[in-house]
Amino acid sequence: MTEVAVVGFAQSPCRVREDATTGGVEMLVPIFAEVFAATGMTKADIGFWCSGSSDYLAGRPFSFVQAVDAIGAVPPIMESHVEMDGAWALYEAWVKIMSGEAETALAYGFGKSSGAELRRVLALQLDPYLVAPLWPDSVSVAALQARLGIEAGLWTEKDMAEVAARCRAAAAANPAAQVSGDVAIEDLLGRPYVADPLRAHDCAPVGDGAAVVILASGERARELCDRPAWITSLGHRIESGSLGARDLLSVGVGPLGSPEAVDVAELHAPFTHQEILLRRALGLGGPGDSGGPVEVNPSGGALCANPMFAAGLARIGYAAQAVMSGRAGRALGHATSGPALQQNLVCVMEAR
Amino acid sequence: MFYNGRMTETPLRAPMEIAFDYTRSLGPVLSQFMTALRERRIMGARGADGTVHAPPFEYDPVTYRPPAELVEVGPAGTVVSWSWMPKPAAGQPLDRPFAWALIRLDGADTAMLHAVDAGSAAAMRTGMRVQARWAADRVGSIRDIARFEPCSAAKTDAPAAAAPPQAATDGEPVAMSVTPVRLRYQHTASPAESAYLRGLAEGRLVGQRCPACGKVYIPSRGICPADGVPTDSEVELPATGTVTTFSVVNVGYPGQEVTPPYVAAAVLLDGADIAFQHLILGCDPGEVRMGMRVRAVWRSREEWSTTARNISHFAPAGEPDAPYESYARFL
Repeated sequence: MTEVAVVGFAQSPCRVREDATTGGVEMLVPIFAEVFAATGMTKADIGFWCSGSSDYLAGRPFSFVQAVDAIGAVPPIMESHVEMDGAWALYEAWVKIMSGEAETALAYGFGKSSGAELRRVLALQLDPYLVAPLWPDSVSVAALQARLGIEAGLWTEKDMAEVAARCRAAAAANPAAQVSGDVAIEDLLGRPYVADPLRAHDCAPVGDGAAVVILASGERARELCDRPAWITSLGHRIESGSLGARDLLSVGVGPLGSPEAVDVAELHAPFTHQEILLRRALGLGGPGDSGGPVEVNPSGGALCANPMFAAGLARIGYAAQAVMSGRAGRALGHATSGPALQQNLVCVMEAR
Repeated sequence: MFYNGRMTETPLRAPMEIAFDYTRSLGPVLSQFMTALRERRIMGARGADGTVHAPPFEYDPVTYRPPAELVEVGPAGTVVSWSWMPKPAAGQPLDRPFAWALIRLDGADTAMLHAVDAGSAAAMRTGMRVQARWAADRVGSIRDIARFEPCSAAKTDAPAAAAPPQAATDGEPVAMSVTPVRLRYQHTASPAESAYLRGLAEGRLVGQRCPACGKVYIPSRGICPADGVPTDSEVELPATGTVTTFSVVNVGYPGQEVTPPYVAAAVLLDGADIAFQHLILGCDPGEVRMGMRVRAVWRSREEWSTTARNISHFAPAGEPDAPYESYARFL
């Protein structure tokens, strides 16, 4: 069986970027340079490239082709694209290496969310016949899920505010985060609803950003990195597209939901209650259990920086970084896509 | 420019609106569902396990087979979950504050997402009873249900809400759905594109040179697509160039500004390493040829702004043709 490891990660700071276009080039060029410098690689060393982005977010067709400018694709490269978070680009890259078609691969994701009406654009990922014509926005749909959990007794608005406060405090040490700092739970709970029962702190900020992860197999990984983050499991599952027919309180992670014990978990939860749901699904402890052995979202998570189509890939990058730096022996990265945690990808990595 | 923090001017940005009608065929199940909505009836699909899905599934989630039968559900139901929308967005069912709700229609086991016109969040609660309010003009769309309303005694008596279903005599079954999509963006030009457009506003043609391969791009996107490095030195180019290739446009289309026949050509400006497309006017289309030397014809200075329209077209420069070898590598 081919062994595959993450050997490099870089990301742009998540900000509202006046200087960035929807083609992503301005955000990608510096982080490609950064990850190549860290690994000692050049573009010629990459066997396969794969990106994740969205034309609906960009407002123009084939925006991902613009992004290829950032690579400098001469001589020609082997390249692919997913209209999903870059975490799924990483999945394709992993399959490419596992099937022996490449020894190294670079996955990247980018999104300029600030140029679009993000909440409305995301309505277009809903059922095109029965739901999207009503234009339900992404925050309102997440709020339906949040209330179900509150009324089922799985969490409270205070639990949700505690997730926000913990993430913001953690993000103070992360220069790539868009929001951070110490906040008082009582202050948060005194603020108005954005979409009852969600308040602003329950929702990820809208920001622009990009992320890149390099994968390599076997010996090549050992050459490129002192302590590669070896992928022990990687899989993704997609739930029904019918919001009213699926159980919104069960996260479809299937067998991925019983990972081996990890030291660090980076969960792609753009809403506070979704972090609680994901902790439950992955066996990482519930509210009040945050002091346990598993460190959850030490980066501050997507609640502090959620560049669309890059934030899921960044979760895997952060988790891998924890292994590569020696801070963790085993780490888990999770990515989501679609409304109310419809699609979930889990990647577990370890040092050897 | 942005890469090393030397960005001196804010990139240009402008509003952009995208509008189109998404037109889809419905298939047998959704066709029945939409046709029934037009007749003020809501249908669900009974699955192999006996559960009724409303709206209906097209393929049974257990057996993957099409539904054996559609059954009528609603038009009243129970709120399973809800959220409050204080500032409705464009295209949503109501333009005043309303609730989004998952509604389990009477006779169904799954829920439908729709809007509830409750007046205030205080009037909403899980478990409350709501019923469909039909649109006056129904076309066979999920929006034939204008919204749901709380089942209060007064509302139940309202004739519009309680109108009896119509017989299925409204004509042909609904086979297509049309969803208008309107999206608004703030489109940002890259710093390099902005420099190009600002140059045009001054009657100048500004490109950029790649520090690695030396190639000159106009307009530059800020990066050399061959080397992947920023192109941060500006190069001003003359308004003369060579036609590398061209086509004669003979067909008309909506919004066309020049009457056919006319020529659209790839023009390689002198000193550039990439051609851009422009019009060749000022001669008979039949006279345009590969290698023809042309010169930019600018609109009058009062009309200039940060747009490619400042150059009206290119016209013959009256010079001898460029030799094929001089532009062959740009074809």
